[in-house]
Amino acid sequence: MVKRFRRWSLPIAAAAVLLASPALAEKPPIVIGVAGSHSGDLAPYGLPTKEAVEMLAADLNARGGLLGRPVKLLILDDQCKPEIAANVATAAVSQGAQAIIGHVCSGATKAALGIYKEARIIAISPSATNPALTMGGDYPNFFRTIAPDDKQGQLAAAIVATRLGARKLAVIHDKGDYGKGFADAAKAVLEKDGKATVVLYDGITPGAMDYSAVIQKIRHAEADAVIYGGYHPEASKLVAQMKKKRVDIPFIGPDGLMGSGLLTIAGANAEGVYATGPMDVARYPLNQQTRAVYQKKYGREPGMFFDQGAAAWQALVAAIQKAGGTDYAALEKALKTNPVETSVGKIKFNAKGDAEGVGFAVYQVRGGKFVEVK
Amino acid sequence: MVYGIIQLINFAHGEIYMLGAFIALIVAGALTIYGFSGWAILLLAGLVAAVYAAAYGYTLEKIAYRPLRTAPRLSPLISAIGKSLFLQNYVMLAQTPDFLPFPTLIPEFAFMEPVAHIIGSAEVVILLTSAVLMTGLTVLIKYTRIGKAMRATQQDMAMARLVGIDVDRVISFTFVVGSVLAAVGGVLVGSYLGQINFAIGFMAGIKAFTAAVLGGIGSIPGAVLGGLVLGLTEALAAGYVSSAYEDVFAFGVLVLILILRPSGLLGRAIREKV
Repeated sequence: MVKRFRRWSLPIAAAAVLLASPALAEKPPIVIGVAGSHSGDLAPYGLPTKEAVEMLAADLNARGGLLGRPVKLLILDDQCKPEIAANVATAAVSQGAQAIIGHVCSGATKAALGIYKEARIIAISPSATNPALTMGGDYPNFFRTIAPDDKQGQLAAAIVATRLGARKLAVIHDKGDYGKGFADAAKAVLEKDGKATVVLYDGITPGAMDYSAVIQKIRHAEADAVIYGGYHPEASKLVAQMKKKRVDIPFIGPDGLMGSGLLTIAGANAEGVYATGPMDVARYPLNQQTRAVYQKKYGREPGMFFDQGAAAWQALVAAIQKAGGTDYAALEKALKTNPVETSVGKIKFNAKGDAEGVGFAVYQVRGGKFVEVK
Repeated sequence: MVYGIIQLINFAHGEIYMLGAFIALIVAGALTIYGFSGWAILLLAGLVAAVYAAAYGYTLEKIAYRPLRTAPRLSPLISAIGKSLFLQNYVMLAQTPDFLPFPTLIPEFAFMEPVAHIIGSAEVVILLTSAVLMTGLTVLIKYTRIGKAMRATQQDMAMARLVGIDVDRVISFTFVVGSVLAAVGGVLVGSYLGQINFAIGFMAGIKAFTAAVLGGIGSIPGAVLGGLVLGLTEALAAGYVSSAYEDVFAFGVLVLILILRPSGLLGRAIREKV
């Protein structure tokens, strides 16, 4: 072993010097990780952010980089799975990431944040909406450009109780950080103001084949609306099987239902489904500009969380400029004190890390599209 | 069934089921363009899927299991898991990692409407098809020459070979039959649930194996009974306790049966061959 090591050590050292020398000629790059689901069934939530950041970073580099240094992206695919997220987070730290855009799903984000916290790296998520991530106070290094789930849950509860006039509610969730967070927030509001009663509260197994048992329970509880916390694959199955079992009541979920997934998989069964999602932000000039560049490059409309992903990048870049580097304390201060124009409007982060100035609206599937319900 | 004959858990069985669903989806898509009606599509798509799956099952056995026939029991098991992973990832790369909408090939019957909230047309079709196939399988195993050969191979492979049974052919045939059934299952369940992706085979395979163990390996009525017990346990647990725990109950029942009646509900006690 020793002998072999010696034999190879010289060429390796020589190669390392050769590889390193061009980098030394320029200034060292600022390394930023882009983490989220880029493959797997939740990829539609992660890819738009990746594309947004790649597009904006290329543009930034073309204009001379950040603080005169080039920006290098680390693409980290976590498939929205906590165990993979922890792995890619460790990889990002060891490859010298100085800040992270991501992760995309709440469970994966939570798994990765502790690793970033130890390495003193700031992470800005476009879409991890679990309330505890900021409110819990465990992760001072965490920021997000989307409003937390309790806001979504509260909105969903308000809609079913007032607009839909439902009095008996079934609250179903997928047992994940994100889905349960949303469901619990909605349930808490409903129980507090007493406008409606929760007649059924149950978790389902994501990826299971058949949800007819829980649908029969919804029927027997005589619920007149379903609040579901989770993502679109299970929601598609639930709405399709509800239709099959002739349980014809309104179905409302969080922004995990929005995007093209539910519409293509559930097809006609998705008609009438409600979902809360980020407010329409198309009126902001930076938003229109960023979207126009995207359309020119990819020839299609950007997907879910594109605006939030772009906003996370814009906020991070502005903060690095303001702080003059990626020093943890300076960056944190810049994010919390310096309001920035972004794709989701002018935002600044509060003491907990939530963006001030972003919120949710309610959408409904009508004619195969999500339309905002005013 | 395969386990009964060669004492090998065919982990790739669920993947054949998934492949069947995918093939049917592709064929159904093509036939819809040509304007075939619902039943014709279901039958043709099911047929093509079954033929395709049979070819897969045959090849699978030839590549992954036959060379390991005399190897220690662990080797084909690992080969089976490898094959399962390979097929999953192959479909993921060749098709898509996303869920795909599966057309509802089984039409809704008008006369079923009054009871549609309890049991749908698709469920009835699935029940009837499985009953027919199970009867057919029982007849095949009990009353045909090849069935007799299969039972002989199960009892003692070396002895079967001595009396002139082409054991390799029998095992290939077993795989083909198993794969056809898996593909039909894939088509029916895909049509019932309305969505498929590359990973549906894994859980289905595990559940099918659980049902087979519950009922008694190698016994067809046992497998049906095991499936019923498993399904009812899940549904009742989901209905009366919480659907969060349905898998806990299902596999809990499996553990109990394995402790109290290791040969399964309807299985004969098999003595370890020496």
